[in-house]
Amino acid sequence: MQATAHNAADDVFRSLADPTRRALFERLSRGGELTVHALTASSGVSQPAVSKHLGVLKQAGLVADRRAGRETHYSARPQGLKPLINWMNHYGVFWRERFDRLEDLLNRMDQ
Amino acid sequence: MNATTAPTTHTLVVERDLAHPPQKVWRALTQSALLADWLMANDFAPSVGHKFNFRSTPMPQWNGVIDCEVRIVEPEKRLSYSWAALGLETVVTFTLTPNAAGTHLRMEQSGFRSDEDNNYRGATYGWQRFVGNLEQLLARLD
Repeated sequence: MQATAHNAADDVFRSLADPTRRALFERLSRGGELTVHALTASSGVSQPAVSKHLGVLKQAGLVADRRAGRETHYSARPQGLKPLINWMNHYGVFWRERFDRLEDLLNRMDQ
Repeated sequence: MNATTAPTTHTLVVERDLAHPPQKVWRALTQSALLADWLMANDFAPSVGHKFNFRSTPMPQWNGVIDCEVRIVEPEKRLSYSWAALGLETVVTFTLTPNAAGTHLRMEQSGFRSDEDNNYRGATYGWQRFVGNLEQLLARLD
């Protein structure tokens, strides 16, 4: 169980460490399904490269694909980020965000 | 990763200078309703040995409950409780130090096993910017 979560986080990190893949994921995260063609047009890299990157994202559970005719449609799987979020909760991001909220609360308290 | 290495533990430290006096920061850390405002829903009480829970949003494979027990209560100086969630047993300690601006607040969370940490060390930086988007993405999950 622990080992599974560990490996899943590893895959997510590796996938999103690449700026092109991160851009593809962010693009898909804005909503809807997009074809490889559409993603290629906005990515600035070749279609085979885009397909390869999408394969890595799919492997990490970050995107899902659906075949329709000759086109493959991709969509984001934000729940794929959960291993990353579990990890971050334990590593400071959680506390820094909560400290922001603490400061906000202190500013609202009277004394 | 070496399987024969004895497990050691890792401590997370997050610090913040707050423009508010220690007594006010202490209230925000120890009054249940105020604590709920910035941290999580809870049944905390500032007495050593008190067992309580924090409750955050449930996720698949986790009910969102954090099991805690108060260990140290030194008013306006130090507060410590155990923090057990997702199979991780850690201890959270807040230290308040008065300074010219108000209060220096230090949060130490200790007890992370370092074998879980090795692969991720160095990955910490660079992720901060990405984090802002995560909350939005999660908000879309049902």
